[in-house]
Amino acid sequence: MRALLPLGIFLLIGLAFAVGLTKDPKLLPSELLNRPVPDFALTELYDETDILTQDMFDGKVSLINVFGSWCVACNVEHPVLMDIAKRNEVNLIGIDWRDERPKAKDWLAKRGNPYRKVIFDNESVLAIKLGVSGAPESFIIDKAGQVRYKHVGVITPKIWRNTLRPIIKTLEAD
Amino acid sequence: MRQITIGLISLFMVLSFALAATAQTPNAEIEARAKDVGRSLRCVVCQNQSIDESDAPLAIDMRKLVRERLKEGDSNAEVIAYMQERYGDFVLLKPPVQSNTYLLWFTPFLLLLAGLIWFIKTSHKAEADS
Repeated sequence: MRALLPLGIFLLIGLAFAVGLTKDPKLLPSELLNRPVPDFALTELYDETDILTQDMFDGKVSLINVFGSWCVACNVEHPVLMDIAKRNEVNLIGIDWRDERPKAKDWLAKRGNPYRKVIFDNESVLAIKLGVSGAPESFIIDKAGQVRYKHVGVITPKIWRNTLRPIIKTLEAD
Repeated sequence: MRQITIGLISLFMVLSFALAATAQTPNAEIEARAKDVGRSLRCVVCQNQSIDESDAPLAIDMRKLVRERLKEGDSNAEVIAYMQERYGDFVLLKPPVQSNTYLLWFTPFLLLLAGLIWFIKTSHKAEADS
């Protein structure tokens, strides 16, 4: 019986590791879930006189996508966003994060601009308020302007079909 | 000659100290507190560095925000709470003592206690045996 004690301890530690190590520490939950988009006032990427605020999300379901011309993974995600924009399925808003206007405009000119509006956030003002830790990162906002879902990383066609699109559809039906 | 050299060196030292003292602007207190707060916040990009140590662009912006909030009159705890509200417990380098971290905080003490009990028990037994 005594001999089984180390084995028992080993199994216990093994179990703890099995659970702990399979969790991706990079996937941080959004603290903002079911809370309104934080207040902000930032300019539009193309039109510096256009001051965008949290009111821009009122009345429609939006998908906010954090990107930057420096972001490598955003290149992978971009065609998926173009596809979403083409089908006009959601109010797609970009946050151009830690970027320079000319570079961002150039990046979008080359690949196409899927966004209806692009919030220019070169000092991480809105990014920190949203708890963004990297790009790309996306948020689904409901009609009342509340954050309902956070996706960290590239939106693949599969993630769009199986996760994001269904959420947007149900929110739209509300 | 030697005296002149020593004199010059000491003059230089006094001057540099004086310069260092004038560099202590009223912001020095804010700076020190910002460093303090920065050391307790995790850089969410690099994950195992504090924002004070990290050169990641996001950490730079977070440091700036910490400074701004301190200047606006927030206490250190309020700034940390502000970040926690946005990034969750994860942003704190020192995990808070709460129900899901009891195991983390108290296991060492439990092990110590268990070891102590075991030690007392076995030493009693050894005494009885001898």
